[in-house]
Amino acid sequence: MSHPDAMTDSDAAPTTVWREEVSLIDRVPRSVAMILLLIGFLLVWQAAYSFELISKIIMPSPWETAVDIAFVGQNLLTGGYMLGALWTTTLEVVEGFLIAVLIGFLFGLLVGETAFGERAVMPYLVAINAMPKVAFAPLFVSWLGFGIASKVALAAFIAVFPVIVGTAAGLHAADENARMLFRTMGSSRWQTLVKLKLPIGMPHFFSGLKNATVLVVVGAVVGEFLGGGKGFGELIRVAASQLNTPRVFCLIIYLSFLGLGLYWIVTVIQHRFVFWHRETVLQGEIGA
Amino acid sequence: MNETAVKAVEPAGLGGRPVYELHGVSKTFVRRNVHALDRIDLTLAEGSFTAVIGSSGCGKSTLLKIMAGLLPPSDGSVYLSGKPVMGPRRDIGMMFQQATLFPWRTAIENVVLPIEVRDGKQAAAAAHEQAYKLLDLVGLNGFELVYPSELSGGMAQRVAICRMLINEPTVLLLDEPFSALDELTRDFMNMELQRICMQRDATVLLVTHSIAEAVILSDLVYVMSQRPGRFEEAVKIDLPRPRSLDMMSDPHFGELVNRIRSHLDKGAFL
Ligand SMILES: Nc1ncnc2c1ncn2[C@@H]1O[C@H](COP(=O)(O)OP(=O)(O)OP(=O)(O)O)[C@@H](O)[C@H]1O
Ligand SMILES: [Mg+2]
Repeated sequence: MSHPDAMTDSDAAPTTVWREEVSLIDRVPRSVAMILLLIGFLLVWQAAYSFELISKIIMPSPWETAVDIAFVGQNLLTGGYMLGALWTTTLEVVEGFLIAVLIGFLFGLLVGETAFGERAVMPYLVAINAMPKVAFAPLFVSWLGFGIASKVALAAFIAVFPVIVGTAAGLHAADENARMLFRTMGSSRWQTLVKLKLPIGMPHFFSGLKNATVLVVVGAVVGEFLGGGKGFGELIRVAASQLNTPRVFCLIIYLSFLGLGLYWIVTVIQHRFVFWHRETVLQGEIGA
Repeated sequence: MNETAVKAVEPAGLGGRPVYELHGVSKTFVRRNVHALDRIDLTLAEGSFTAVIGSSGCGKSTLLKIMAGLLPPSDGSVYLSGKPVMGPRRDIGMMFQQATLFPWRTAIENVVLPIEVRDGKQAAAAAHEQAYKLLDLVGLNGFELVYPSELSGGMAQRVAICRMLINEPTVLLLDEPFSALDELTRDFMNMELQRICMQRDATVLLVTHSIAEAVILSDLVYVMSQRPGRFEEAVKIDLPRPRSLDMMSDPHFGELVNRIRSHLDKGAFL
């Protein structure tokens, strides 16, 4: 069903050149696209609220949520009780993260560098990793009490596995040629580890750390849900039990800043140490 | 370049003191049941340039790894300067197909890495001056502090050459060192290689896929058969030294290339 003029058309205009055309939607700058999407989302939300698609008791309006975000923000800035709760959760997250990094790195070394670790320890780690780890929360509470320690333990327990995997994968990242080169230089095992395997494994290690930053917040909040305490997770639980849904939404939003902040710090450190890695550098340019 | 006249008279370099001696070296990879090398006998005379040419998978890299002490032979013996090779040896320089520079180290830090591994950081710092000279020698003046990601493939290979030379090895084992480069760069690098080797009177074993490269650089070319690798033929290259690229248009060069090619073809159809 071709058009008879289609050919004469292009013959008639020989000066036109064939160029790549970027469609309108691909030319929208990233920030504008993000804002547009947010506005769209808010409109849909508002519509769902106005037409009562979901009961108003359990579904707040965007406006109510915004007001509550401002209220909570004010409470945090003026050092209200919520700041104390946020501080508690922050402590749990940071301590859990540091413990996960330390233990994860050591286990990663064991598994990635020694035959014993790879053969004997690895299968157990795989098995434990396959367990639903949050189910250990009551155990941690009974061992460590209702204080911060049980939350730190759960957070670290959940976050440690990606660090182990990242470290072990990094230790295997050096290729055959690089290893042979080190052997021809008469390098000791320790030297090969420090001068070759650890540096070359840094990108893997850091991607493990980034996964851990997300999981460690999950661990801390679940720990608070199940073991009480004074953190943000507890505030969420209380707000939810009072059907104060705007508050729940708004607490979740503030909590996500905690995870994002940790992620950002890890990214900054990564850029200092892994400046030579192409993907890392590209990510930085895109602004991930 | 005055000592070259002597070489021209005695081209095959077979007269000198033996540096490497291989007797009946065989290799079978037991786990995969691959018979890679079959009774290789090889003697490298001091100061000679030898090439090994053969099709892919015939065991050339395996031979080099055995000579470097990175792999044990299944049978036979390897001697370097009269002593049996029992493990990795620091007194040889080795180069692979890829430059294998470490991206977190600048060019000069890559060059002094062997010193750092052998004698520590202080010795490596002291070797910087020597490394500057080497980088200058291969035309990388001004790139000393650049990271490998900013170097072209040819430049990276030149840094790798410097790293190989920093320990001043007198024996060089080269496994297709320039095969990843484009032809122009490759010819240039080969001439550089010849210059450096002649200057230091190094003993060189070069593994290559390129007949022309083998002929233009070597005193002696071994043609290897398909797996299991065995030396089919040794072709003496009696072109005068120093070699230059225009020798490639020499009729005698063409003859030598053809002779090697005929041996290779025979092997391919056996
Ligand atoms: N570690 C190993 N384990 C088992 N088999 C191996 C091992 N290394 C090499 N081989 C086998 O030995 C044979 C020779 O390999 P080698 O790498 O020496 O070939 P090559 O001549 O260098 O080939 P190319 O020109 O492609 O580099 C191949 O068939 C390869 O599969
Ligand atoms: Mg090879």
